[in-house]
Amino acid sequence: MQTIDLATQTLRDMNATLQAQTDQTNATQWDIENPRGAHAIAVGLDAPIEVTVRGSTGYYCAGMNKQATVHVTGSAGPGVAENMMSGTVIIDGDASQYAGATGRGGLLVIKGNAASRCGISMKGIDIVVQGNIGHMSAFMGQAGNLVVCGDAGDALGDSLYEARLFVRGSVKSLGADCVEKDMRPEHLEILRDLLDRAGVDAKPEEFRRYGSARNLYNFDIDNAAAY
Amino acid sequence: MCGIVGLFLKDKSLEPRLGAMLTDMLVTMTDRGPDSAGIAIYGDGNAALSKLTVQSDQADADFATLAADLGAAIGAEVDLRRADSHAVLSLPADKAEHARAALAELRPGLRVMSDGANVEIYKAVGLPKDVAARFNLAAMSGTHGIGHTRMATESAVTTQGAHPFSTGSDQCLVHNGSLSNHNNWRRKLRREGVRIESQNDTEVGAAYLTWKMQNGASLGEALEGTLEDLDGFFTFVVGTKNGFGVVRDPIACKPAVMAETDQYVAFGSEYRALVNLPGIEAARVWEPEPATVYFWSH
Repeated sequence: MQTIDLATQTLRDMNATLQAQTDQTNATQWDIENPRGAHAIAVGLDAPIEVTVRGSTGYYCAGMNKQATVHVTGSAGPGVAENMMSGTVIIDGDASQYAGATGRGGLLVIKGNAASRCGISMKGIDIVVQGNIGHMSAFMGQAGNLVVCGDAGDALGDSLYEARLFVRGSVKSLGADCVEKDMRPEHLEILRDLLDRAGVDAKPEEFRRYGSARNLYNFDIDNAAAY
Repeated sequence: MCGIVGLFLKDKSLEPRLGAMLTDMLVTMTDRGPDSAGIAIYGDGNAALSKLTVQSDQADADFATLAADLGAAIGAEVDLRRADSHAVLSLPADKAEHARAALAELRPGLRVMSDGANVEIYKAVGLPKDVAARFNLAAMSGTHGIGHTRMATESAVTTQGAHPFSTGSDQCLVHNGSLSNHNNWRRKLRREGVRIESQNDTEVGAAYLTWKMQNGASLGEALEGTLEDLDGFFTFVVGTKNGFGVVRDPIACKPAVMAETDQYVAFGSEYRALVNLPGIEAARVWEPEPATVYFWSH
């Protein structure tokens, strides 16, 4: 176990150290102490390492993650796991705005609630939120899965492309071009796998699926009022 | 961008430390707003007295004989306590309006930052740590207070453009965001008789709440009104004589984190601002919902 204490070491040195790890590194376990809401903790990682951040983080924690598993024991500020490529990010507490935004792959698990714009413009990431999510979540989502075990706020899936949205609780309102869809066997299978991987004890049958009605893919003047 | 902080104490034993805790929160938010800073602090008060916090760019000259000059003009005893470019004038509450008019005659360069039985407002251009040191904010005690580090967007980088803004007795407001319909509201509120002195959008937000409360609204109702009437982006943190309120616009782009324990309610633009508060590890920490009003009172 390697420990980096942000009370005595700089954020920049910490990120440089973690970013320097290679595929073959033997130093696979890292503990980050005293994060105290600092920004950009454990960003740009590209090695199969496990990083535990003991406390709460500020903006952009674990952004651009590739391969690594980053576990935050507190809450995360805006933009956690933004543009993640692969790997896993787990937040024990809540996540602020635009968690997992533009993510291209990997798994983001939020055990508390996520605020507005969760998964905005998601491009392949899988996001599992055990609590609720805020308004405008999955706006312009293009690929990947957003699983919400609690409730969703206003305008879920506004201008959605191909991302799949699964919500167990209520949905305050659907955004433009987002509709409820049938839960077919293959969707139950996808959802079961996601819930298993996120360690969530919930039945896929309890969820409803939402997706794009595909009316707004290409601009058509007849649809102008729907935007 | 701007950084805003607020602290409302429930535990009286923390009151001597209010200024120190708020200063620490304010300085932590420097990189959200390094051009100016300000703090409003609610301290000891006597309902029979009004405290006018005034500011001058020529403080030595303006403050030298001010207490005597103002006392003679309004026919009452005036006490003056100076802190750098600011001074707190204590005078009978029923003479407060008279004193404002007299000050405009006696010291035209003076600006009134706040008036009320409890509130004092200190603000200046410069880095938050320098502003805090100039006024020795850390030594102040009180029941609640709010602070602001400014990154100017809607008006000039001047003391007058710094937050908090106070447009009513014992009322003040700090703001992260920018209002888009403040010119219309400034005209309307001035017609209604609300005093607005700057071109700053936030002062209009403060004046809006003053106007609402003058017309019978509670703090909570006045904050609800902002959601209907003000356009633009805002997270507001508001202080009144015995209250503390928070509201975010429905889009809620501007960040906000709150924490509550048995000892206090705290607000910060970022969690970093809260990390040195006592018992924060065990506090209930949450992000205020958009278009939702939160308020507390003593």
